[in-house]
Amino acid sequence: MTDTTTDSQGVRPHAGIPLEHPDAETAHATERAVFGFWIFLMSDLVVFALLLATYAVLLKGNSSAPGPAEVIELAYAFPETLLLLTSTLTLTFATVALREDRARGVYGWTFLSLALGAGFLALEGAEFAGLINKGHVPQVNGFLSGYWLAIGTHGLHVAIGVVWGLILIAQFWIYGFCPAIRSRLVRFSLYWHMLDVVWIAIFTVIYLPGSLVS
Amino acid sequence: MLGRLSWDASPFYGVIPAIAASVVVLAAIGTIVLLTVMRRWRWLWSEWLTSLDHKKIGIMYVVLAAIMLARAFIEAGLMRTQQALGAGAGDVGPVGAEHFAQLFSTHGTIMIFFVLMPFMTGLINFAMPLQIGARDMTFPWMNSIALMLTIGGAGLVMASLVIGKFSTGGWTGYPNFTGAEVNPGVGPDYWIWALTLGGAGSTLTGINIVATIWKERTTGLDHLMWMPLFCWTSLCTALLMIFAFPALTVATVMLWLDRTFGFHFFTQGDGGNMMQYVNLFWMWGHPEVYILILPAFGVYSEVIGTFSSKKLFGYTSLVWATMAIAVLSFTVWLHHFFTMGASANVNAIFGIATMVIAVPTGVKVYDWLLTMRHGRLRFDVPMLYAVGFIVTFVVGGVTGVLMAIPPFDYVVHNSTFLVAHFHNMVIPGSLFGMMAGATFWFPKAFGFRLDETWGRRGFWFWIVGFYLAFMPLYVLGLFGMSRRMATYLHPEWQPWLIAAWAGAGLVGCGLICQAIMLYVSIRDRERLRDITGDAWDGRTLEWLAPSPPPEWNFGARPVVTGRDEFGERKLNDEAYPVPDRTAYRDIEIPANAATAPLIGIFAFLLAFAAIWWMWWLVWISAGAIFLLVLWRSMRFDLHRQVSAETLYQADMAHRRTILAHANGDIGSGAPMRHARGTEGYLAKERREREGQA
Repeated sequence: MTDTTTDSQGVRPHAGIPLEHPDAETAHATERAVFGFWIFLMSDLVVFALLLATYAVLLKGNSSAPGPAEVIELAYAFPETLLLLTSTLTLTFATVALREDRARGVYGWTFLSLALGAGFLALEGAEFAGLINKGHVPQVNGFLSGYWLAIGTHGLHVAIGVVWGLILIAQFWIYGFCPAIRSRLVRFSLYWHMLDVVWIAIFTVIYLPGSLVS
Repeated sequence: MLGRLSWDASPFYGVIPAIAASVVVLAAIGTIVLLTVMRRWRWLWSEWLTSLDHKKIGIMYVVLAAIMLARAFIEAGLMRTQQALGAGAGDVGPVGAEHFAQLFSTHGTIMIFFVLMPFMTGLINFAMPLQIGARDMTFPWMNSIALMLTIGGAGLVMASLVIGKFSTGGWTGYPNFTGAEVNPGVGPDYWIWALTLGGAGSTLTGINIVATIWKERTTGLDHLMWMPLFCWTSLCTALLMIFAFPALTVATVMLWLDRTFGFHFFTQGDGGNMMQYVNLFWMWGHPEVYILILPAFGVYSEVIGTFSSKKLFGYTSLVWATMAIAVLSFTVWLHHFFTMGASANVNAIFGIATMVIAVPTGVKVYDWLLTMRHGRLRFDVPMLYAVGFIVTFVVGGVTGVLMAIPPFDYVVHNSTFLVAHFHNMVIPGSLFGMMAGATFWFPKAFGFRLDETWGRRGFWFWIVGFYLAFMPLYVLGLFGMSRRMATYLHPEWQPWLIAAWAGAGLVGCGLICQAIMLYVSIRDRERLRDITGDAWDGRTLEWLAPSPPPEWNFGARPVVTGRDEFGERKLNDEAYPVPDRTAYRDIEIPANAATAPLIGIFAFLLAFAAIWWMWWLVWISAGAIFLLVLWRSMRFDLHRQVSAETLYQADMAHRRTILAHANGDIGSGAPMRHARGTEGYLAKERREREGQA
């Protein structure tokens, strides 16, 4: 088995993987887990691309009103964006702390990221509740179906991320900073950053044009 | 409590459905009784269902495919019978219109998702890691979950025979016919959830295959161009799975939301757009065609090289052609619905793209032909399928290029010409390839070969039956016969349909021959024993391992120095060197996991409950899956240790067997045509080389 990630001393972390590898075996295991996760993320990104494409197709499908003009407002989307983008930054600090083996940093920054994610979800929940109050439910027309599914799928991903992150913190607490769980934090951060990328796409395709028509 | 499940869901609405349901129930009871009487439950559980060995998972995939093939063939036979007798008005023929619609829906769904997909996934799972000198797939547990999800999806299709009805919307499930307004029953929901489980399994498999090929290759294979061609086609197939299956997931989830919660993605009114479904479906559907066919191309490449005793002609061009097909397959989906009414320019672009994709395919055909040229050809069963494929596939390809011309497509759209065309592609293009692969690797999997005589009979029935069954459909399509008709008012069509029916009968004989082949082979396994592990004078690494290979595949992972590594070693008399004790290391192999089959069971329950609107069960099942994954994430001792000494002793034992065999001490009843290592067909090639030098 060739392992190009390992130098003669036996240890050289793969670029972009913030881990101290105790041995080549662990490095290899981490690397392939992370690689597999990258592939999964690609597949997941296709899902979002298609949701947004379908949204764009159904945008004209609002003959029975309400359309984007009545539904989309930036009042929620703006703070949501701030929270989510900040959480990506704080989670990066968590992975840096992981590389430097600072336990408190890992706990603190991860927890802060999850709190920001939860804040995002709370705002999104409020936005959805407002839509329901106005009767703008997905059953009304094609445009609203596309709107709810695209944003809802992203929100569901964030919610799963928050649960996953909490489990990770608990596992760090119980099992210590063992390689298997370190590798999970790396994958979790990839997932979390991807949700940011997706959010930027959602903001660009749904919120910005939607707010311009009103 | 039971949602919309009630006694109305019983299968006693017709004679044939009642018989079918009884057969399913009796088969299930029979299996349970048999396992209990033979005390095989523990064996089934600990040797197979919980195993994470890629070879066993591969074999289970193929077993699933074989079972589902039997059902799908029976449905095809019923449809052929109905159409052969269906001339006239009203209720002529044995099968009613509603049931006929169920038949063509299940037949297509099963053949695509639960025969060809598991068949090719099984072959890749079994052979690819051996070919790259790996010990297992990168993610063995995920591999098992993918298998269990696929079994769960197949289980849903079987359950629909007994409880409720399956969809009548064809395997493509276009709304608004499958929408809640037209089709309020559970049929389309069965279809949606069977696809969802199968599709989730395929996505996981795709990730696993790519990661395995990328991360588990043995020393020397950093030269990607030294990989066996089957690995290349596996890689491209897996990439297609990763990128294409999300489209199917999105389409079916949206359809499900429409049906269950009143969304308006694909509804007739309220801003829905049915054509968006068709677009999404075929964005997956066309790459899916190549997902099914590329692995078969890989099998044919291995088979044609091996049975011509030559290196593949144009290996590099075959690799590039495979990649070109994989990329182009995403650019042609609109040719499935030229009649949608997109502008002439759009149709022209997709028509041209479709014709372009025939070019790399043509390159492959020429490469295979030129591989056979000047080869020492052996027409064993896998090679018969390969040759039959080349001839037949070209016919299908030509009709495909015809249909790529939009004006021509307008004439034959949704006619039996189309039915003939795609069967002409997937039967020789995919199913024959899978059968060739199964015959080719069977001795590797079980340690004995399949009986040649019955295998040949099976092949000839299949290919003659295929021509007889589908060539008439081309003619009928040009006559104007639409697909999916239970009855028709044109008596002049009937002779052609009777011919097609006879063809289906011959295919049935082929299946029976194959069943007999299996029985005879198991009975005569001593006569057919593969002692050396090299049953066909193979050229790639899997033939280096014993048959069947140990759990760890290779005691010491082989080092590759070129293409057709094992063939070259035999030429150089280096095939079976004395194992070097220092090359052996202690290794870890994945321990069995009960979580994977349990997740499969709960996924089945989740889907079943969602179909019948038993929401409490949906939540319980989802919670159970979550807890199982969580439990697994807190287990760190997931491996078994195998000592270097064990590996070394196993290799030594295998080598002693080969030597004894070469000396004629054992295996006199097993006439291996190259029993003495290099003294086989390869010897001639070597003499020729030495003569040149």
